[in-house]
Amino acid sequence: MNKILIVGEHDGAHLNPAVAKCVTCARGIPGGEITIALFGADTAAVAAQAAQLGGVHSVLRIDRAENAHPLAAILAPQVAALAAEHTHVFGPSTSFGKDLMPRVAALLGAPQVSDLMAVESAHRFRRPIYAGNAIITVEADPARKLVATVRVASFEAAGVGGSAAVASRSLDVALPSHTRYVGAKTAGTDRLDLQTAARVVSGGRALGSAENFQMLFRLADKIGAAVGASRAAVDAGYAANEMQVGQTGKIIAPEIYIAIGISGAIQHLTGIKDAKTIVAINKDGEAPIFEVADVGLVADLFQVVPEFERLVSA
Amino acid sequence: MQKIMVCVKRVVDYNVRVRVKPDGSGVMLDGVKMSVNPFDEIALEEALRIKERAGGAEVVAVSVGVADTQQQLRTALAMGADRAILVQTDAPVEPLAAARAFLALARKENPDIVFLGKQAIDDDANQTGQMLAALWDRPQATYASKVEILGNKAAVTREVDTGLETIEVDLPAVITVDLRLNEPRYVKLPDIMKAKKKPLDTVTPEALGIDLGQMLKVVKTDPPAQRQKGIMVKDVAELVDVLKKKGLIR
Ligand SMILES: Cc1cc2nc3c(=O)[nH]c(=O)nc-3n(C[C@H](O)[C@H](O)[C@H](O)COP(=O)(O)OP(=O)(O)OC[C@H]3O[C@@H](n4cnc5c(N)ncnc54)[C@H](O)[C@@H]3O)c2cc1C
Repeated sequence: MNKILIVGEHDGAHLNPAVAKCVTCARGIPGGEITIALFGADTAAVAAQAAQLGGVHSVLRIDRAENAHPLAAILAPQVAALAAEHTHVFGPSTSFGKDLMPRVAALLGAPQVSDLMAVESAHRFRRPIYAGNAIITVEADPARKLVATVRVASFEAAGVGGSAAVASRSLDVALPSHTRYVGAKTAGTDRLDLQTAARVVSGGRALGSAENFQMLFRLADKIGAAVGASRAAVDAGYAANEMQVGQTGKIIAPEIYIAIGISGAIQHLTGIKDAKTIVAINKDGEAPIFEVADVGLVADLFQVVPEFERLVSA
Repeated sequence: MQKIMVCVKRVVDYNVRVRVKPDGSGVMLDGVKMSVNPFDEIALEEALRIKERAGGAEVVAVSVGVADTQQQLRTALAMGADRAILVQTDAPVEPLAAARAFLALARKENPDIVFLGKQAIDDDANQTGQMLAALWDRPQATYASKVEILGNKAAVTREVDTGLETIEVDLPAVITVDLRLNEPRYVKLPDIMKAKKKPLDTVTPEALGIDLGQMLKVVKTDPPAQRQKGIMVKDVAELVDVLKKKGLIR
């Protein structure tokens, strides 16, 4: 039987929406039994949320003071210990999962499939390479454990309605003291989350300044959208790093993605391939973004964005 | 700070538009320009800056791969690495295998820091640094956008989904770098000449006592799904109209 362990990302209060997508991915594995493991100082609240996800068999709480901040070096030996009872170990392809899962895989001597986008069988999967320019099908040896990060944009969230058993677990694992959490600088939480928003407005180098970027925030607020950016806009300091969309930023799948003053470099496009509708506004009719856009407008953004904002209702 | 090891991968240049072979057996690599993985250039640049600030320290560039990887190691030497080591193999190298090779080198060289790019732009795996840290039983600081050396510790600011996070790690440690850590220097012609005289050793996996065996079999390579060709609109009014009709905005 296949037993899938999902490492559940959370911030103490909320389960990350990526977890529900990992559950859908895991449900694709035939005959799989799904367990979500939650590491934290107190995971009672998030365990209750995880237990509701449809198709989850059990939820394990590993509450320990050292788990207050998710440090890969601290969590990996604990995940590896739990993995003894499982055939597959999954985590989301977020900065949390990307940091942690390879460390787990190495401790297990297991291969990792990064950015798993489709399950073909318990040991056969598809994943993108070369910034999404090619999709490979890989086969793993069933005799070994398999570790994967799940490409969140490829799966719908599992619904609620389940009632998995929640259990606390104490693991007899020595934890290193060589890695210490110092602090975090996070963006305001009043903005919609880029990774889960149904609508995204995104800006590129053409915006020219952080002040001009405000134009996009106003449009986004009006239509209820999160705001993203190209690497060039982030590098230039117009937008914060967590707003970067693309091969080395966030991979997103909104209903609508509005790219404004973004040329459409391959590294950017790989982040928006799964958007249902792509809108592009660019003054250069030859810009590669128009090759993938569902709706394109050749225009100067400084003229059309304010008008765009006026024409839509809140 | 005595020694810094930097892992460098030979990859298809980021400007190349990679195409899948019609028979699905892989991607077309014949005659394609190969370069140092862009993230590894940033890793090397950081090592060189630490060396320059400290007024010393040896920077060793290492790689695992085919004989031609010597070209990328020569580039690393031209950028300023002091010497280079290539673990030469013709076999495909998975991240865990690369981590095993780097572990063997780390045990020999005893670096204070091992720098790597956060991911390679060919397989986009984002695994090797974390795996090396696990096997070496040392700290990892991934996605670094700022590195401060404080004696036998390092404070590393990391780019994470929610913004920035700072952690402190004891050295030796593995640090994987993100795009905004620095801007790599350009290589000048005299540096290329000088690099030709710097030592570049080649070792076999067997000599290091490591097995690079593959664990994942690639059975097929497909091109990505193509998007349908879209429409062009003449002005914002029409754009808003189209989006309203699709029910995407109000
Ligand atoms: C290793 C690596 C990883 C990378 N990862 C990423 C990634 O994750 N995400 C990412 O986005 N990029 C990434 N890049 C960078 C990528 O290659 C491009 O450089 C970047 O996406 C370009 O950003 P841009 O489109 O904003 O800027 P540009 O390419 O400069 O495009 C600006 C566009 O704005 C248009 N424009 C100018 N003025 C106006 C105006 N007034 N009105 C309307 N349009 C206007 C121009 O016609 C142009 O098309 C990566 C690169 C490398 C090497």
